[in-house]
Amino acid sequence: MTDKNKSALSSALNDGLNWVDARFPLTSNVKAHLTEYYAPKNFNFWYFFGSLALLVLVLQILTGIFLTMHYKPDADLAFGSVEYIMRDVPWGWLIRYMHSTGASMFFVVVYLHMFRGIIYGSYRNPRELIWLFGVAIFLVLMGEAFFGYLLPWGQMSYWGAQVIVNLFSAIPFIGPDVSEWLRGDYLVSDATLNRFFAFHVIALPFVLVGLVVAHLIALHEVGSNNPDGVEIKKLRDKKTGFPLDGIPFHPYYTVKDLVGVSMFLIVFSAIIFFAPEMGGYFLEANNFVPADPLKTPAHIAPVWYFTPYYSILRAVPPILNSQFPGVAAMGLSVVAFALLPWLDKSPVKSIRYRGTLYKQWLVAFVISFLVLGYLGTVPSNVWGQFGAWMGGADRATVVARIFTVVYFLFFALMPWYTKKDKTKPVPERVTG
Amino acid sequence: MKKLLLAMLLMPFLAAPMLASANEGVSLDKAPIDAADHESLQRGARTFVNYCLNCHSANYMRYNRLLEIGLTEKQIKDNLLLAGDKIGDQMKVAINKKDAAKWFGVAPPDLSVEVRARGADWVYTYMRSFYRDSTRTTGWNNTVFDKVGMPHVLYELQGEQELNHETHALKLVKPGKLSVEEYDALVGDLTNFMAYMAEPAKHQRNQLGWFVLLFLGVLLVLTYKLKKAYWKEIH
Repeated sequence: MTDKNKSALSSALNDGLNWVDARFPLTSNVKAHLTEYYAPKNFNFWYFFGSLALLVLVLQILTGIFLTMHYKPDADLAFGSVEYIMRDVPWGWLIRYMHSTGASMFFVVVYLHMFRGIIYGSYRNPRELIWLFGVAIFLVLMGEAFFGYLLPWGQMSYWGAQVIVNLFSAIPFIGPDVSEWLRGDYLVSDATLNRFFAFHVIALPFVLVGLVVAHLIALHEVGSNNPDGVEIKKLRDKKTGFPLDGIPFHPYYTVKDLVGVSMFLIVFSAIIFFAPEMGGYFLEANNFVPADPLKTPAHIAPVWYFTPYYSILRAVPPILNSQFPGVAAMGLSVVAFALLPWLDKSPVKSIRYRGTLYKQWLVAFVISFLVLGYLGTVPSNVWGQFGAWMGGADRATVVARIFTVVYFLFFALMPWYTKKDKTKPVPERVTG
Repeated sequence: MKKLLLAMLLMPFLAAPMLASANEGVSLDKAPIDAADHESLQRGARTFVNYCLNCHSANYMRYNRLLEIGLTEKQIKDNLLLAGDKIGDQMKVAINKKDAAKWFGVAPPDLSVEVRARGADWVYTYMRSFYRDSTRTTGWNNTVFDKVGMPHVLYELQGEQELNHETHALKLVKPGKLSVEEYDALVGDLTNFMAYMAEPAKHQRNQLGWFVLLFLGVLLVLTYKLKKAYWKEIH
């Protein structure tokens, strides 16, 4: 191509772009969100998980579209249609495993993303709304996963849904009517499967995408936090007005996130191709038995990402013969994250400048979360019983109760220990 | 601090995987599974069609899928399509579910994904653990599945075992047509076939996986170099 042709082409492209820009804010949006969106230059690997969550969301939607083409939301056909996808649909097994692994990996990256927000104080002023949108995304994601888990119509799908919907029966007075209304029947049935399918493929994905957009708009309004928890917008270049410690998101973080994407895809593919059941954590053995309303499995456990909350539900003893306190505690254990921006009274944001007191509480919380998560996957008699001195109580239940208390104390005492904590001085600029 | 947090995050993956079978407490023998051994899969298919596929269906498995394990269309038609179905048909059975439930107490389950539900080791051990029990209506019981409704379909081949109720050991009291080793090999082949049938794409999946990981490894190197090149000027 000669130079003359080249300049003719580029001016034609320019004209086209001008035509679009006169009618749609394309260039200004690309600038605002990519090329002139200044992000702190000191992001570490914890900052991969936001873009990875977006990647998994896209993968789930794409694989979901193809699964919907072959899946039958009918109590008589659902189980068989999943096996049809696994066997007779070309590459159906790959699409299904991508979707089932994607569901678990979604929670892996979202939990790591949330943990990042906690350790670097990303929920603090002025990012409270980003955090609240994030908590809403987390709640909707839990709903999305729960509705989707019924669709294969295996024993775990069925009885898991039965147990969770029954939780609503514990609400005083209106509970039984509410759970019947949710199911559309007296027990989980074809009617339930159909409405869960509708929620899973239309209602919640819409809400999820909307919330993700709101999450990003709020983020780009105030700018990203960073591992030092200092505001890069305070110090700007005198000439350009861009933050001194900031770099344009594109190209710097787009190319960096590609490294994160490559690493994630390696883990993701290793699971899909070599261990899609993940030892029973991602796909449970019992879910290869078709749903049978007359045969309750000996042990019903939710998928791993729900187990910390499920443990809390089981740990709280019934009061006045009502399971409601347990259900309320479980709900509170999830919603408690939304309160973090107002519970944290520390003068610093990042864990780098916090004192030992805070770190001890954080470690206690993480341990509680993991132990509760593990206990939620096993029957409560897994560790046997205490002797008569403890009234023969299940050891695992007692442990779960202790860690449930620690879990809530992390939140309840936060105003106290974050104020009392001996913090270190925060630098003016980011430290690399 | 960082290392401690990382270690804690990895903890759930180090915890013992959940038991694949609902059957706890019974020690299971390791099943000889080899998805690449076509001869074993073919022998297993023969046993499955001759002995299992009279009461148990495999509704999600099609006969022509067996072309994958090295059988020809003619071999499948002549030896396995006993009811004269078409080669693209699924492995269905004519048994009436209601009748079956009356005869055995429970309708024989579909076996398409049985290995995924119970594990190959369970199936392998179960098929070798039938023993004579006069208290059962079928005359048979099983150490892996107590009070099982299924009679010992392969007893002609294995012979009859008895259970020593004190040592919980099984003892062959009446030999069958096959020696113990031959019978174990037959059940091994059958289990291998059932494992294949539970997820026919598994072998392809595992082979493809290495190429995918190789590709992604190269991608990682390239994206890392790209990142380094772009970030050279950032300090």
